Amino acid sequence: MAIKFRGVDFLEFDALISDEERLVRDTTRKFIEDNLIPIIEECNRAGRFPRELVKPMADLGFFGASLKGYGCAGMSNVEYGLMTQELERGDSGVRSFVSVQSALVMYPIYAFGSEQQKQQWLPAMQKGEKLGCFGLTEPDFGSNPSGMRTRARRAGKEYVLNGEKMWITSGSIADVAVIWAKNEEEDDKIRGFLVETNRPGFRAEDIHGKWSLRASVTSSLSLQDVHIPESNLLPDSDGLKSPLMCLNQARYGIAWGVVGAAMACYDCALQYSLFRKQFRDQPIASHQLVQEKLAWMITEITKAQLLVLQVGRLKDKEKAGHQHISMAKRNNVWMALECARLSRDILGANGVADEYPIFRHMANLESVKTYEGTHDIHTLIIGQSVTGIDAI
Amino acid sequence: MKILVCMKQVPQKDAPLKLNESSAWIREDVSYEVNEPDAYALEEALRQKEKHSGEVVVITAGPARSRQVLREALAKGADRAIHLEDPGFVGLDAVNTARAFAAAIKDEKFDLIFTGLQSDDYGYAQTGVILAELLGWPHATIIMQIEKSDSGIRVKRELEAGYFQFVDMPLPAVLTIQSGINKLRYATLIGIKQAKNKPQRKVPLAEVQPALGSNMQKIERLYIPQKTKNTEFLEGSPGEVAKKLAEKLRNEVRVL
Ligand SMILES: Cc1cc2nc3c(=O)[nH]c(=O)nc-3n(C[C@H](O)[C@H](O)[C@H](O)COP(=O)(O)OP(=O)(O)OC[C@H]3O[C@@H](n4cnc5c(N)ncnc54)[C@H](O)[C@@H]3O)c2cc1C
Ligand SMILES: Cc1cc2nc3c(=O)[nH]c(=O)nc-3n(C[C@H](O)[C@H](O)[C@H](O)COP(=O)(O)OP(=O)(O)OC[C@H]3O[C@@H](n4cnc5c(N)ncnc54)[C@H](O)[C@@H]3O)c2cc1C
Repeated sequence: MAIKFRGVDFLEFDALISDEERLVRDTTRKFIEDNLIPIIEECNRAGRFPRELVKPMADLGFFGASLKGYGCAGMSNVEYGLMTQELERGDSGVRSFVSVQSALVMYPIYAFGSEQQKQQWLPAMQKGEKLGCFGLTEPDFGSNPSGMRTRARRAGKEYVLNGEKMWITSGSIADVAVIWAKNEEEDDKIRGFLVETNRPGFRAEDIHGKWSLRASVTSSLSLQDVHIPESNLLPDSDGLKSPLMCLNQARYGIAWGVVGAAMACYDCALQYSLFRKQFRDQPIASHQLVQEKLAWMITEITKAQLLVLQVGRLKDKEKAGHQHISMAKRNNVWMALECARLSRDILGANGVADEYPIFRHMANLESVKTYEGTHDIHTLIIGQSVTGIDAI
Repeated sequence: MKILVCMKQVPQKDAPLKLNESSAWIREDVSYEVNEPDAYALEEALRQKEKHSGEVVVITAGPARSRQVLREALAKGADRAIHLEDPGFVGLDAVNTARAFAAAIKDEKFDLIFTGLQSDDYGYAQTGVILAELLGWPHATIIMQIEKSDSGIRVKRELEAGYFQFVDMPLPAVLTIQSGINKLRYATLIGIKQAKNKPQRKVPLAEVQPALGSNMQKIERLYIPQKTKNTEFLEGSPGEVAKKLAEKLRNEVRVL
C-alpha cells in the first residue's frame, strides 16, 4: 500500500514564505517524487548511491545552489533550506550527498579558494561533472578535530600529505577531496588542501556494514606521501575555524533537511492511522494514544519549521550566529528522530518493513544525529553561548 | 514563432474540496496548481520556440494567487506574462474568459495561441475554441503533435477509439493541447531566480470590462455525490446468469 506524500502545513507556514520560495520547494518536491521515490527503497536495500540522479540534479541547479556566479543559482538561505527539506523528505543519504558537494566542497573553494581554483572546480561541480568530498574526521578524532594527525610538509613547490581520514561521505566517488591537515611550515596550523583523488598515494575504501545512509557512499581515505602542487592549498583557509565555517553551512542545511524526513514519517503515519482498523472496527487514529503521538509530532514539526525559518531569515541578513545554527541542528534532528520512532510505532509491524519509508528515515537520522557535530556537542555549544563557559 | 499560452490555476487534483456557503463553488482555502493540460501546452510552446525561435508569452485570468501559475511558467522559460488580475475573473464563463483574453491581447501579434484541452475544474473545453472564433482564426482541438509546414502548420488530432487526424492549417491559429503529449520539464533554480526580472503586465478588470457581457452559463448548485451500495445475487445456470448480467450492464448500469 503506497502512501503518497501530501506535504505538512499545520500553522499556515506557507504564508510566511514568498511565491518564489514556494516554487523552489514545490519544484524540488516534484523532482524527488518523480525521480527518487520510485528507486530509493531499492537503493537502500542494495546500499547503492543513485548516481544516475547526479546529472538531473545538476541540471536543476541543486549543487552549490546558494553560491553566486560560476553557474550557481544564487538562492537565498531560505530557498536553499526548502530545497534540502525536500531532498531529505526523499532520503537523508541523497541530501547528504548534495550537502557535501555544495556546503562542504564547493563552499570552501568559493570562500577560501583562489580565483584559479574557483574557475577550475566550481562550474564543473555545479554541473555534476566533478564530485567532491570533505575530509576532516579521522579514526581517532571525530568530535575533536583539532587533534588531527594528517600533516602537510613542504617539498619545493609542492606539499606532501600524509594521514588517514574516516567516515568520509562520497569519498570513493569523488574527483577532488578537501583535506584538512596540519601544515608543518606554519607551526601546525590547520589548512585546507585540494587533493585530486587520482594522485599517487591517495586511496579511498568504502565502509561497509552501515545500517544508516545506505544510499550514500561513506569511505575511509588514506594519504601516503601524496604530492600536490603548492597552488592546491586553499589560500584563505585559516585554522580550525575554516572547516567549522563549512560545517556551519552544512548544519544549517541539515536543520531544514530533517524537517523533511520528519514530515515524510508523520504524513505516512497519519494516513496509515486513518485506514488501519483495530478494535471495534475503528481506525487506530481514533484511539487516544495514537492521537497523542500524532499531536506530539505535528506540534514538534511545526515548532521546528518556525525555528529553522527564523535561523534562515537571520542568515539571509548575515545575522545568524553559529549557536543559532547549533540550536536548529540539535533540536530538529532530535525531533525528527523522535517522529520517526513514533511513526514506526503507529505502523505496528508494517513499520519495520521497507514497503514504507519510516524505518529507513529512522536509521538514516541516527547518522544525522552524529555527524556535523553530535547532538551533545551542540548542547555544549549552546551551553557555552549562554553561560560563557566552555564545557567541551 | 510568437506563441501565447493560456494557463489557468485550478485546485490541486488530490486536494480535499469543501463547498462554499452558496454551494455553487468550492471554498478558497485549498491548494492550487497549474491546470494539467495547460502545463503540456506551455511545454509544447517552449519546445516550438527552441526549434523555430521566437517568443513564448503566458496569460492567465484570476485573483492575485494565480500569479503562481505565471511565475512557474516564467521559471520554466516563458519570456513574459500577462495577468488579468481580479477575483472577478474566477466566475467568468468560457465566453467571457475568451472575450477578456481577446481584449487583453488586441495590440499583440501572435502566430499561435495554445490553450489546454480543458480545465480540470470546470471542464468546459470551450475557452480556446471561442477565442479562435472571436479572433476570426482557425482552430483545432485535442492536439497531439505540431509540425511547421511550408504554408503554416500540420497538426495531429486525437479522435476516438485510437484514430488520429492530420490537419494542415494556416497561421495564425488556436490549438487546444492534449495532456501527456510531451515530457514536462522542471523549473530550474536559476530559472526561478531569473523569472523575477521578466516582464509581467497586469491587466485590471476595468480594462477589459467593456468587452464582457453577462455570463451565459451559470452553476446552480454543486454537491458531493452520495455513495450508495446495492448488492444483488443473480441466480441460475452460468449461461442464464451471464445473460442477466449483460442485460443489467447494458440497461441499468449502462456501461456496455
Ligand atoms: C554516515 C556518516 C557520514 C559522515 N561523513 C563525514 C564527512 O563527509 N566528512 C567528515 O569529515 N566526517 C564525516 N562523518 C564523521 C562525523 O562528523 C563524526 O562521526 C562526528 O564528528 C562524531 O565523531 P565520532 O564518530 O568520532 O564520535 P566521537 O567524537 O568519538 O563521539 C562519541 C560520543 O562521545 C560524545 N562526546 C565526545 N566528546 C564529548 C565531550 N567533550 N563532551 C560530551 N560528550 C562528548 C559524542 O557526543 C558522542 O556521543 C560522517 C559520519 C557518518 C556516520
Ligand atoms: C518481526 C516480527 C515478527 C512477528 N512474529 C509474530 C509471530 O510469530 N506470530 C504472531 O502471531 N505475530 C507476530 N508478529 C506480529 C506482532 O505481534 C504484531 O505486529 C503486533 O501485535 C502489533 O500488531 P500490528 O502490527 O497489526 O499493529 P496494529 O495493531 O495495527 O497497531 C498499530 C498501532 O496502533 C496502536 N493501537 C492499536 N490499537 C490501539 C488501541 N486500542 N489503543 C491505542 N493504541 C492502539 C498500536 O499500539 C500501534 O502503535 C510479528 C511482528 C514482527 C514485526
